[in-house]
Amino acid sequence: MTAVTATTIPPVGEQAPSRPRVIVERRDRGDHLFHGVITLGSLVVLAIMAAVGLFLFLQAAQALRSTGVSFLTTSAWQPDRGEFGIAAVMTGTIAIAIVAVGIALPVSMGTALFVTEIAPVRLRSTCVALVDLMAAVPSVVYGLWGLFLLQGHTVGLARWLSTWLSWVPIFRVPGADPNNPLASSSSYTASTFIAGIVVAMMVMPIQCAVMREVFSQVPSGESEGAYALGATRWGMIRIVSIPFGRAGIIGGTMLGLGRALGETIAVLLIISPRFDINLHVLEAGGNSVSSLIALRYNEASGFGLSALMAAGLALFAMTLVVNFTASIFIARSRSGASSEA
Amino acid sequence: MLDLSDPSDLSSAFDGVLSSSTTVVPLVGPDHLTSAPVVRSVRGMPRDDLLNLAGALVSATCLSLLLFGRLTPLAGPLGFVVVTYALFLALYSFLVSLTEDRPAVVDKVMAAALTSAAVLAGGALLSVIAFTLWRGRAALTKPNLYVHDMSTAGPADPLTIGGIAHAIVGTLLVISVAMLLTVPLGLSCAVFLNETRGRAARLVRTVVDAMTALPSILAGLFIFATWILILGFERSSLAASLAVGIMMLPIIIRSADVVLRLVPSNLREASAAMGAPQWRTVWHVVLPTARSGLVTSVILGVARGVGETAPVLLTSGFTASMNVNPLKNPMVSLPLATFEFVRSPQPAMVARGFATAAVLMMLVLALFTLARLLGGRPVGHISARQARRVAACSVRDAARFDLIPAEENDARR
Repeated sequence: MTAVTATTIPPVGEQAPSRPRVIVERRDRGDHLFHGVITLGSLVVLAIMAAVGLFLFLQAAQALRSTGVSFLTTSAWQPDRGEFGIAAVMTGTIAIAIVAVGIALPVSMGTALFVTEIAPVRLRSTCVALVDLMAAVPSVVYGLWGLFLLQGHTVGLARWLSTWLSWVPIFRVPGADPNNPLASSSSYTASTFIAGIVVAMMVMPIQCAVMREVFSQVPSGESEGAYALGATRWGMIRIVSIPFGRAGIIGGTMLGLGRALGETIAVLLIISPRFDINLHVLEAGGNSVSSLIALRYNEASGFGLSALMAAGLALFAMTLVVNFTASIFIARSRSGASSEA
Repeated sequence: MLDLSDPSDLSSAFDGVLSSSTTVVPLVGPDHLTSAPVVRSVRGMPRDDLLNLAGALVSATCLSLLLFGRLTPLAGPLGFVVVTYALFLALYSFLVSLTEDRPAVVDKVMAAALTSAAVLAGGALLSVIAFTLWRGRAALTKPNLYVHDMSTAGPADPLTIGGIAHAIVGTLLVISVAMLLTVPLGLSCAVFLNETRGRAARLVRTVVDAMTALPSILAGLFIFATWILILGFERSSLAASLAVGIMMLPIIIRSADVVLRLVPSNLREASAAMGAPQWRTVWHVVLPTARSGLVTSVILGVARGVGETAPVLLTSGFTASMNVNPLKNPMVSLPLATFEFVRSPQPAMVARGFATAAVLMMLVLALFTLARLLGGRPVGHISARQARRVAACSVRDAARFDLIPAEENDARR
């Protein structure tokens, strides 16, 4: 460095204003080829992504033009009669996602804290691998589990909740009479609640991975400081880990929410579709945008398909907002070297 | 007012304090010096804690057995577990509070609660895997499952007829074609994101981030509407590969981007300082350094793609017979076959569905284990064999730089 500056001292008398040397990037043929290839690759990726987005948008526009604002407020789905909207399917999607995140959040946070703070060091990598494996299990397998195993067992819980907590509006099941011992359990099956539990299984590992990442980056100075001041382990978690990881907790939760909104096949297997706004989560029947698409894509006419595209676009817009908010939160957490978006 | 110069005044001022506290004189004697200090064990669990836990667990189980069996009309295994757990937490906090103060009680109870959250998650995963294997066991143990297709099997036929060979082949074909399309694209895009600065890279990164939010069914719907309806191709495994590829692409790019960003920049700079052009730096330094992580990101993307049902449902069509041509005729894959099987009311079909799900799960598990094995190493860490190879390479380089023939160099050593 010194040698360079020594040689570039201008001769006395020639006081040119010093400015940084203009760096010209000279590429040889190999580099030109290399840049061509990677630029082409990312242009293709960009083109594919833009095509998906634009196509959805253009196709959806046709349906949206014919309905206008009533697309957001109509519950029925009869595009060929010109009467369709996402009021029912969208509330159904959100209800499933909220049930899922409500169940998954305590479990994923507890698991993340267990893995980072409580588990013996030897067990940690095994726990991490198990959580990652949970994320890799195909959703159709979770759907089977929910349909054939979970559904039978949650009916009792659902009946109990609806009997004793029916003063909470969302737990009410209008069609069922809890005093009738011979009532069939069918008013409690195929509900938003059961679909939500199954989606929670898929959301949990995603949330847990983000939270674990954040909790493991708690500066050891702060946690040891808390211990040195006499904090118990839970005291340390409460005053150091959770405040430190708050942005990561929120970001991870929202990332899971984004996944929960888009889940198709498990919901399609479990829920029995209905086209009215149903906020009684324990009652049979519900719907989601993605299961609507999976149900109707085949019988749809050209216009019906465009209506499905509009519903899909609305779903995509929502997951997009949720995911970007999540990545802002994750990037803002004091850690986040690995998850900056 | 205290007069500090007067000792009597001072002693009277501190009288109360001094008399109430006692000074502990440390034991100084041969006995104290020779006995080794007892090191407090911080590992494992003290006996008291273990007994508290076990006691609370046993009494909670007994209490809820009593509640469910005798005292109340409660029933159902799930309710039993919930009641037992609530009783356990209450009893455990009571037992701990007999000997400890409040912060310690809160600490112990919260530790138990966090542990049980992890146990719940692990138990749920185990129950998913075990349940699928158990319900599919009848079909999984029949060898014809793995070699036959369903073309000869009717809906009411027993499990000894028909199999899912066509779905296994279909899944492998769909995912191979999808990999062929997405891996080169994804990796070159990830390299682009890391090797160029400026607005273009930012735009691509934002778009890729946005596309990770794309619900998988929309990828299927896009291919269904364009490839099949507008362009008029038939439903085939190629269409399914395209749909799965659109879904996998952003996943692979994002994780590869993260891995490439972990490559230390001093390696890049060292390579550039040696006069290597950028492509040599990328090809010989950046990619080999990040190889293990890149393999992991590709495999995890593939594992996601293998398990997705929604895009395949819309694009590949359904068939009961074997088809090995990706361009023509419908082809079924494992998740789609599972979905179709379990919608049948026939018990044999449902059993086949569970067996198909189990095979799919095993495939994902194998991919996942592979990713763990290949990708367990952090960026830049090399195995013993690679280290030997690098050492041999630098010996050759040293020989070359010295302009001494290799034999002579060997002889000199």
